[in-house]
Amino acid sequence: MGENGGFLFPNDLHILWQLMIVMYPYVTGLVAGAFILSSLYHVFHRDELRPIGRLALVASLGFLLFAPFTLLLHLGHPERCYNTLVTPNLSSAMAMFGFIYAGYMTLLLAEIWLVHRQDIITLASRSTGIKRTFYKCLALGVYDVSPESRKVDHGVLLILAGIGIPGAAFLHGYVGFIFGAVKANPWWSTPLMPIIFLCSAIVSGIAMVIILYSIGLKFSNRKIDAPCMQSLARWLWMFVLISITLELLEIMTLAYEAAEEWEIIGPLLGDQLAFSFIGIQIFLGAMVPIILLGIVVLMSRYLTDQIRNTLCFVASLLLLLQVFAMRWNVVIGGQIFSKSMRGFREHYTPGLFDKEGIALAIAIFVLPLLFIILFNRVLPVFEQPDEQLSTDTGTPSE
Amino acid sequence: MPTIPVSNSECGGGCGGAPSAGTRRDFLKQGAKALGASVATIILCDMTDLTKMAEASGATPQRANLFADGYDWTKHSYVYLVDIRKCIGCGSCVRACSRENNVPPAHFRTWVERYRVSRSGEAVIDSTNGGMDGFEPSQTGLDITKAFFFPKLCCHCTHTPCVQLCPVCASYRTVDGVVLVDETRCIGCGYCVQACPYGSRFIHPETHTASKCTLCYHRITKGMTTACVQACPVEARMLGDMKQVGDKVAEIIATQRVLILQPELLTDPNCYYLGLTKEAR
Repeated sequence: MGENGGFLFPNDLHILWQLMIVMYPYVTGLVAGAFILSSLYHVFHRDELRPIGRLALVASLGFLLFAPFTLLLHLGHPERCYNTLVTPNLSSAMAMFGFIYAGYMTLLLAEIWLVHRQDIITLASRSTGIKRTFYKCLALGVYDVSPESRKVDHGVLLILAGIGIPGAAFLHGYVGFIFGAVKANPWWSTPLMPIIFLCSAIVSGIAMVIILYSIGLKFSNRKIDAPCMQSLARWLWMFVLISITLELLEIMTLAYEAAEEWEIIGPLLGDQLAFSFIGIQIFLGAMVPIILLGIVVLMSRYLTDQIRNTLCFVASLLLLLQVFAMRWNVVIGGQIFSKSMRGFREHYTPGLFDKEGIALAIAIFVLPLLFIILFNRVLPVFEQPDEQLSTDTGTPSE
Repeated sequence: MPTIPVSNSECGGGCGGAPSAGTRRDFLKQGAKALGASVATIILCDMTDLTKMAEASGATPQRANLFADGYDWTKHSYVYLVDIRKCIGCGSCVRACSRENNVPPAHFRTWVERYRVSRSGEAVIDSTNGGMDGFEPSQTGLDITKAFFFPKLCCHCTHTPCVQLCPVCASYRTVDGVVLVDETRCIGCGYCVQACPYGSRFIHPETHTASKCTLCYHRITKGMTTACVQACPVEARMLGDMKQVGDKVAEIIATQRVLILQPELLTDPNCYYLGLTKEAR
């Protein structure tokens, strides 16, 4: 018997995919979202986003570095994880992770290197001793800073970022596909799942960059670029509207069709997930930010910079929460009901210090932020105020 | 092509110098070659492994210690039949399976459900401890018009999602139609558990790998039947072989009104049911 007296299959008593599997799509979503945001500048030449062009890439790398830990902490045999690379099942969505991850990491590193190449050479030439050796290593033996070389850099960067967009879409679309491909689970099994995951990934990526940009500049006592923030708010507003529309459309379709699966999904959303779905994912996490960002986008001429920045910051925080709630509601929600479709499993609360507990989840979220701080000590994540437009290899105007 | 040496005098402050795009181009070329070689190596390793697996599943089957010498898995195609009308819910099958396969407590490779259906179509279903201890009589408060016991196990589907989704080929289907798990390869991700529509898989609490009904492969490949079939006192469970001429189960499947679970998923189960009703799923 389940919690509500419904019938559970005897093997269906516990939630198998726990907090780390919630963190996995959340963290990879931040990777893909931040990357796509950076591409708006590097590929689509949205010059107003220049101040966050580098930050978005480095944030993407930071979260990408720690994304595999979510899976490793979940696996029953993490020491065998190499099997996914050595003997992958080519018909399994999950087996593609290693390849997509490795490819994406290569691409991201190459792009970050190209973006920072001029800085690396400058720093190598200005420093001495071990520091100098370090920067020389980072330069990979290439010290050409001529205008021609910058042009080549920019061309390569454009190609890499261009490849990176479908790459990012694929990286996160496939995470959605992992769930969407489970036909045994009516809450997961929808062709919309990859698109919903991708849209919410972009939302979380932009929201994270807004937060990092706001805090980063606050600590370095610099002024937030108003056109940049305004543009970020506009993009974020658009993607959150698309994201929430898709999420609601899927549920409306399920409810309207009222097929067999709605008998279990209806009570799941209205009762079991009432707080995290209706309360967080829909109202606090989506409706409130939509209003806040709507104010920023539609009433921009009446806003002071401080009000705009505050509204964007609060909306971004809420949207990070919304996307986390969405991942929770998909991953945990999809397991709360038994495959008998007649009952709900025992309530799941993650432990604090478990292998898949809250402490490690927080660590996986915080470590990329520390990485960004560390990276900023080595190479500037924010462009220096005195830098001319022409010094950035990623400048579209070149 | 000349390059700019990194020295304060020549490159301070990001100064210009002689172009040396060739150096970078060379670097990119070498990088691309290295990447290509790595990918090719991985694909080759993968193909080598797949070739080995193909050999293992061919006419000369010898997957490491899977069965005794002399057994030819190309000459068998196992099917399972449950006659719901005969089951008395004694739980002997669940106990036999548990002992035979050392199934951990509170986990089940096979189990029995009790259905009690009222005149209005409301179903009260239970399977306390997987039906291992039988079923205590109890009142439902409903006008029960139909009741039956419903034994379940892995359906050993031909197009099984658990094998399709396993990221490391740890789940596989033998030539004679049994879905198994290679515990030495399983990474314990649980994807197959999520993928099984019938709830017949679980993660073993001690080995941390996927576990499921093996159709007592260690027995049937020696000419014996499964523990659950042997333990059933009323012949509600039967193991058949579609490749054996005159096989009783094959004959029933061919001639009687057998049903499968969740046919809409097109997993093509090899576990058939006699006496299945609309409430049961």
